[in-house]
Amino acid sequence: MTLPARINGWVRVVPAWPIYILAVVNLLWEFWLALNGLRQYAVEPINVLERQYGEIALIMLIAGLFITPIRNWTGVNLVKYRRAIGLSAFLFVLAHFLVFAVLDVQSVSRVVTEVIKRPYVTVGFAAFVLLIPLAVTSNNRSIRKLGPVRWRKLHMLTYPIVVLSGLHYIWLVKGWPIEPFAYMAVILALLFVRIKWTGIRDYLAKRDASASS
Amino acid sequence: GLGAIAVAGGARAQDALVPNSFEDITTYNNFYEFGTGKTDPVQNASAMVVDPWTVTIDGMVDNPGEYALADLLDGLETEERIYRFRCVEAWSMVVPWNGVELADILDKVGVQDGAQYVAFETVVQPENMPGVRRNVIDFPYVEGLRLEEARHPLTMMATGIYGEPMPKQNGAPMRLVVPWKYGFKSIKSIVRITLTDTQPPTTWNNINAREYGFYSNVNPTVDHPRWSQATERLIGGGLFSSRQDTLMFNGYEEEVASLYEGMDLTANY
Repeated sequence: MTLPARINGWVRVVPAWPIYILAVVNLLWEFWLALNGLRQYAVEPINVLERQYGEIALIMLIAGLFITPIRNWTGVNLVKYRRAIGLSAFLFVLAHFLVFAVLDVQSVSRVVTEVIKRPYVTVGFAAFVLLIPLAVTSNNRSIRKLGPVRWRKLHMLTYPIVVLSGLHYIWLVKGWPIEPFAYMAVILALLFVRIKWTGIRDYLAKRDASASS
Repeated sequence: GLGAIAVAGGARAQDALVPNSFEDITTYNNFYEFGTGKTDPVQNASAMVVDPWTVTIDGMVDNPGEYALADLLDGLETEERIYRFRCVEAWSMVVPWNGVELADILDKVGVQDGAQYVAFETVVQPENMPGVRRNVIDFPYVEGLRLEEARHPLTMMATGIYGEPMPKQNGAPMRLVVPWKYGFKSIKSIVRITLTDTQPPTTWNNINAREYGFYSNVNPTVDHPRWSQATERLIGGGLFSSRQDTLMFNGYEEEVASLYEGMDLTANY
């Protein structure tokens, strides 16, 4: 049996629900470390926890974007785990926002000011808001209710969301640290491989044909 | 003399100051030569060579030259100063520095008439500095002050913290401390001091002039373009520590406001 086929065999038996457990345990574990000032949380737990949740959220969002190209290139089909990955990403985005609003900025009026006045907060907040309908419709009932075409269209919001998230990180930092630019490069690469070149070619050919007729 | 003013002035501003722990001060640092993360300096700085240490003093001075650190500091009065330290990133700490007044060093080397600025430069040791090898910003790190700022009695060259020799991650063996300015003005691990009559380039100003002015005085009424400077978080307070209001000139308004009389601080941020 080929390796992809063997992996697909494992995928059939390994359920997705442990991803939710891992996400929640990880989230609580980081919070507990921060609460007790352990490890990297020893000196400034608020800022470090905020960034930690944000970075995990970004990684989960990017992980979700890997499912399709992995299937296209290797035949390994991990689509069964995509909902759990996406919802876990949302959980960390929510936690990231709550640490920002409640522990860091500490007042509703200042949160509003930050969202309006600071472009990097604006794009991060936009990504959060756009994620809400996706999280709400990440269940079988919603797929049935919306129908697969509309549901898929709605969930294409993932693309702007992940770009906004990458931008949010780049916009926040000082100088040229590697991480935010590396994440953005991966995001752009994952979007690039989705471009339907044949579709564009056909479209252009059709347009040229109609222009010359 | 100047020292007496500094002690009196400093004491007022320091009234309620409780220093952060040695651990806080030495494990949460910005020192991009060692990486951009807050714990990169403590993890990577041990490789920096700080002995022997030579400081080049040049430009408009009577006694230019390459000074061994001990010679430069020889005979100068060392004191402890407990200062607020306010980072441009809107966090702060309180640090008990040990060191000398910069003015004493300037007197020792003899500042010539016509000099108006003091420029500083940080050491570059690529083999010992991962951030330098990765070019996270342009190195060497450079900073500068107007001569009156440099001569102000609150301005010091620190060589220690809590009576210990300056830890490498905090800018060993000698760094600037200008308590009323954002922390990045207080350049670390200094190897060159230049007296000049023209405003010297400064690292963060070069990177983004709109975000980091030459003056970079702590000012709660002038926001950084990307975040508010009205409040700050004193580090070390745990997960539920409150923000506190940022003070004009970081609480040293009485001592230093006269340096900027008549200046528009919104334009000269």
